[in-house]
Amino acid sequence: MSKSFKLDGRAIPFETGQTIMDAALAAGVYIPHLCHNPEFAPHGSCRVCLVDIGGRQVSACTAAASEGMEVDSSSEAIQATRRAILQMLFVEGNHVCPACEKSGACQLQAVAYYAGMLAPHFTHFFPRRPVDASHSDVIIDFNRCILCELCVRASRDLDGKRVFAISGRGLESHLVIDSPSGLLGDSSFAVGDKAAHVCPTGAILPKGRGYETPIGERLYDREPISIVGDVRAHEEEVV
Amino acid sequence: MNASTAVTVEGFVAESLVTHGRDPRHLLQHLIRVQQRFSCVPDAAVEALSAALDVTRTQVRAAIAFYAFLHERPRGAFEIRFSDNITDRMLGSRRLIRLLIERLELSGLPAWGRDLIRDDGRVSVGLASCTGMCDQGPALLVNGQAVTNLDAQRVDRIADLVQEGIPLERWPGEFFRVENNIRRHGLLLSNPANDGAALHRLIDEGADDALAEVERSGLRGRGGAGFTTAIKWRFCREAPGIDRYVVCNADEGEPGTFKDRVLLTDYADLVIEGMTVCAGVIGARRGFLYLRGEYRYLLPHLESVLQRRRAEGLLGTMILGRDGFDFDIEIHLGAGAYICGEESALIESLEGKRGVTRKRPPFPVTSGFDDQPTVVNNVETFLAAARVVQWGGYWLRGEGTDQSAGSKILSVSGDCAWPGIYEYPFGTPVHQVLSDCGAENTQAVQISGAAGATLSPADFDRIIAFEDLPTAGSFMIFDDSRDLLDMVRNFAAFFAHESCGFCTPCRVGGALLRNLVEKVAAGQGSEYDLSEMRHIGAVMRQASYCGLGHTAPNHVLNTLDKFPQIYRRRLEREAHTPSFDLDSALSEARALTGRDDIGAHIRAQIPEGSEVSA
Repeated sequence: MSKSFKLDGRAIPFETGQTIMDAALAAGVYIPHLCHNPEFAPHGSCRVCLVDIGGRQVSACTAAASEGMEVDSSSEAIQATRRAILQMLFVEGNHVCPACEKSGACQLQAVAYYAGMLAPHFTHFFPRRPVDASHSDVIIDFNRCILCELCVRASRDLDGKRVFAISGRGLESHLVIDSPSGLLGDSSFAVGDKAAHVCPTGAILPKGRGYETPIGERLYDREPISIVGDVRAHEEEVV
Repeated sequence: MNASTAVTVEGFVAESLVTHGRDPRHLLQHLIRVQQRFSCVPDAAVEALSAALDVTRTQVRAAIAFYAFLHERPRGAFEIRFSDNITDRMLGSRRLIRLLIERLELSGLPAWGRDLIRDDGRVSVGLASCTGMCDQGPALLVNGQAVTNLDAQRVDRIADLVQEGIPLERWPGEFFRVENNIRRHGLLLSNPANDGAALHRLIDEGADDALAEVERSGLRGRGGAGFTTAIKWRFCREAPGIDRYVVCNADEGEPGTFKDRVLLTDYADLVIEGMTVCAGVIGARRGFLYLRGEYRYLLPHLESVLQRRRAEGLLGTMILGRDGFDFDIEIHLGAGAYICGEESALIESLEGKRGVTRKRPPFPVTSGFDDQPTVVNNVETFLAAARVVQWGGYWLRGEGTDQSAGSKILSVSGDCAWPGIYEYPFGTPVHQVLSDCGAENTQAVQISGAAGATLSPADFDRIIAFEDLPTAGSFMIFDDSRDLLDMVRNFAAFFAHESCGFCTPCRVGGALLRNLVEKVAAGQGSEYDLSEMRHIGAVMRQASYCGLGHTAPNHVLNTLDKFPQIYRRRLEREAHTPSFDLDSALSEARALTGRDDIGAHIRAQIPEGSEVSA
């Protein structure tokens, strides 16, 4: 007989070694997440997938599933904490949805809607961050980077290039590019790299395309992220 | 940079690579040496290390940017960093910083992460998190060397020495004197003598016996978390692996803690012996002592202890002549990162990387250094373990409580007559410590450092023990003349500076919290800001990735509960207060329009007592 745990009262089967996130995704149940992507090892940094197990909060992407556990992913308390975490991400960077090409197909935006976030709430930091347009095919807007390290991991683990890294610490943490000038155009990055296609926000975008799909008709304009899932599953439609 | 310097840098790196190896895990150690030699890590060193160690240029730069004591551009030839713990401030460090700045003809004030650098490159003045000299502060680091007992006269003299360009070797020796200040000897401190007795017993009676004694003693980790030492050693011993490692956590970064400094000064043999016994029990051949950068002055002493023990057959190959008992220890330096006191971040740092906490599980006992089973224990834990194996588990049980066997070494600082090291049996009440160290009119005690708990007089009957007040040993005292909000401001800035930045709640929440504390301190706060502080603190506590973020808001949450007046007396009004001055925001517009009449001012239009909406 297969093992299972309860997620918001619903039985979720799992195999030994699976995390709560793995099992939930396999069962088609959505737990919001940003730094998690099943193609990569769990990271646990964004904290958006926080769930409650008997009063203890853990990230679903890193916590192992175990028999009989009761996981709460939808109570108001958990959603409120997620909202606060999302609001922190929004005020840390400069996320101007109406002016962003990724709007409507952005996971940060979609997860914020899912969690019921209506405003950034906290005081904005308004950091001064550059835009790197030096590459012929891809643009990086650091204003929108949420430090999920998916591009870092993709470049290192799948592309074998190590184009990206995180530098600094605390609120000064920032994405850096491995090239003599520090610019993307001088790096070995290519539009075909996996790292060009994993960003959950609009920080890494292909050049030369704008508003091909009108606002209002985009992925998350049509259905919420809890139904359609991550952007990566719909790349053909949204890019 | 001119070509001749570049050659020197490359030559130095080449030599460092020959001496210390091309293992990429030595990156941080190479960087520290380069920084030491050139007062920065020049581009040429970044290139050379990147090429030799197979790490990207960016990874090298990311490491430099992570550690507070490494920089890509030179600061001053004399790089001065004042210890900026609250205890230093209470001893007048701010006044001394201003004095030095004035004497050196610098302007402004340094902040964490922002040094003042003189144009001629002679000197820079910055801040450091607590340097572990709270019993003899105010203190500073000059080119990494600790200077203690600062007063106006000493600062004046330092300014002269800097102006005259006198090299550190010729500065007065008493500037660098560090006293032990042991005020109360207990189980561990009463006898520093060591002749390898624990190792003899290990060899005579075997590893199972040694582990059984550690088990019997009930010894729990002295770094604060209190995990049972025998269980940690057993897990590691039984975990599958190719190699095993013993790591001594001497990254004593918790503000107000300095006991490890003293233990490594006078009890280093016993600490090393404890590590060696652990190696014998778990089957490790290599060990590391991770020494915080602030204690670099202890490096020659510790190296000489290691060297002597090798010569005495207590370390190295065939320890005490026993075939197959090989174990040696390398000392790795830290470079100014509080997070590296967390064991998995420490291991990352040992591997030459940025000190970012690892995902747990797996815990270091199964997957630590080089992903192999690793025991990480505190300095004091290894010391106690050596004695436990030598004298038996019941020896430790002779003192303390049921759940907390033995003694705890406290680092006492702040408002008291005799700051220093006090060793007490577990179970000792706080008021006993206060009376022994000559503390009077005590308003509050901050126990276990900035991450610990704020105690009010109502707590002074509570006891030092894992079951009541667990502590890594920091014990900072505040008398009733102090404004505790100064402590809160200091700790809030500390945590914002020391967050590794990996997870959202700690990275962003810590900065938001610091900004709100400053807003309230500036008299611009309202009741709403206090509830926001609670809200952010709660999110950090429940959602952060590691212990740093979980504990970082403690001081705010504790003081909001126990000392609400320190906030309330600063609230201008109960309801919302804008954090900016609307009227002064219009000054530019007034200047442009050439108006300064009453109609051009906001304040004049606001009837007294009404609310301002922002």
